[in-house]
Amino acid sequence: MTAVTGEPQKVDLHEAKGWRRTKNRIMTTLMVTSFVVVLIPLAFVLVTVIGKGASVISWSFLTSSIPPQTSPVGVGGIGPAIVGTIEITAVATVIAVPLGILGAIYLNEYGGKNPLSAFIGFMSDVMTGVPSIIMGLFIFTIWTLHFGLSGFGGALALACLMLPIVIRSSYEILRLVPNSLREGSYALGATKARVTVTVVLPAAIGGIVSGALLAVARAAGETAPLLFTIGAAHMTNRNVFSGANTSLPSLIFTNASSPYAGAEALGWGAALTLIAICFILMIVARLVTARFARYTH
Amino acid sequence: MSTATQVDPATPAGSTKALDQRRPLGDRGFAILALASGLLVLVILVWIAVSTTNQAWPWFTTEGWKIFTNNWNPAANDFGALAFIYGTAVTALIAVILAVPVSVGIAMLLTEVVPRRRAQPIVYVIDLLAVVPSVVWGLWGILVFVPWLNHIYAHIGSAVQGLWILGPLFGPPTSGASFFTCGVILAFMITPIVTSLSREVIATVPAIDKEGAYALGATRWEMITGAVWPHSQGGITGAVLLGLGRAVGETIAVALVIGSSAVITSHLFAPGYNMAAVIANQFGEATGVFRAALFGIGVLLFVFTIIINVLARGVVERSARRKRGA
Repeated sequence: MTAVTGEPQKVDLHEAKGWRRTKNRIMTTLMVTSFVVVLIPLAFVLVTVIGKGASVISWSFLTSSIPPQTSPVGVGGIGPAIVGTIEITAVATVIAVPLGILGAIYLNEYGGKNPLSAFIGFMSDVMTGVPSIIMGLFIFTIWTLHFGLSGFGGALALACLMLPIVIRSSYEILRLVPNSLREGSYALGATKARVTVTVVLPAAIGGIVSGALLAVARAAGETAPLLFTIGAAHMTNRNVFSGANTSLPSLIFTNASSPYAGAEALGWGAALTLIAICFILMIVARLVTARFARYTH
Repeated sequence: MSTATQVDPATPAGSTKALDQRRPLGDRGFAILALASGLLVLVILVWIAVSTTNQAWPWFTTEGWKIFTNNWNPAANDFGALAFIYGTAVTALIAVILAVPVSVGIAMLLTEVVPRRRAQPIVYVIDLLAVVPSVVWGLWGILVFVPWLNHIYAHIGSAVQGLWILGPLFGPPTSGASFFTCGVILAFMITPIVTSLSREVIATVPAIDKEGAYALGATRWEMITGAVWPHSQGGITGAVLLGLGRAVGETIAVALVIGSSAVITSHLFAPGYNMAAVIANQFGEATGVFRAALFGIGVLLFVFTIIINVLARGVVERSARRKRGA
């Protein structure tokens, strides 16, 4: 760093000295520290769950039916909960993802900047903040009270939770699709529906799938919407539409406050399985984004 | 593309009437379907409000204004919900106070300090934190964190007992499952969302402002306080409010670690209760007015979170608009 020449006074281009420099260092250190502060609980939780969960997980653990809470460690497994989680989340996905994508299509392709579309977009963002337990109460009122406990009730509650998330993530991706693609196909005489389905959606599919997967990962880990809607079961219930069901989060919640060592071990095993499922979904979402990212920033 | 041939090429360029009339049924159907899906959001929100209020009506009518008293005793048909509202406010505030400096710090680190390539792993870690389900935080909280905090709280409690301000806040009675534990776990859970929203906001600060600050000889921290902060203040306020909304509505982890005791106390290390947790824990055994009361608490919770979220989104949108205008 040489000083600027041709000036009567030399301009100092060195890094600031003294207190200014110290303050800068302190604040930078604090920023790094804040990341470390977050790392500690995450590592703590992951190490505990993996440590305690890995020791109980085996093939028979993943497939056997749920034992009574008083059973000793090593008896039974979490098979029905895994099946229940897959069933309920799958049904919720089938309901929420198409509706969410259609909603996003309305917001971006049809509504544009009109007041109704802006209002729906705003309220959809607000709906993301509605507590999941409220979705549980809502579905309890409109479904469970009339049709009884079933996996489908839980799926409806999860779908309510997923809908705004899918709308938001799909909308963000649709916005990135360049207008020239739409104009090109209009110029060929295609109708709006055809343009949307055959040109816009394929261009955005990677981001939409990845957003949907993240919504699924979020829903798979939710307990509160299922508390009052699916009941409890110890055996695998293959029928989503009738009879009480169970899920990994519900099982963990029940067993977390149990005084028995066997139930506790079962809870840790279920927690590891659940975290593994959520992480896999997240990683797949990342891979999809990386593979299909065409119109990202 | 059969529709292309149907269009009469003689139609004057200014008139689209001929085109409109030939809009196929499928096209209109798709538009209606999309509109219906969009409207579904509004329908669900209104339906939630109506159906839960309907269920909660007996509580509102039998208790009247007594719903805001501090007297919760289902066995004696007393259903005052003030203790739960208090618990929700306290735990959410603790969570926000703990999470916000850390989240904003990480957001600054990601956007202003670490080069883009190295920022990616940090983003992955934050995402990982977001993926850990609520119930896993609860399981870890009740079985590992709470027993560990038991001793620490007891030590702190006996150290500050009788002291001015600190005594009533952190003194005995202490318990591992408490308002404070709950706030800490909520802080872990809201950190990812506050971080990612703050990061989005900070990323919109124009490079020219930052370069200007550097050109004037500012250090990085002076650049952040002088160029980044004034620009992102509004957006970060929105992010904080959204974090608050999350903390207010979070249920399962809270239900496990809050200690389940409906009291209003200044002692942060004492067991408490909050709105979401009481619904989760007591709904199963509730009937009649008891169930209506829990529904009513749900309605209040719904209203609170809607207000917080509307405010938050409003703040975010306003600051975004102002920035576009500038």
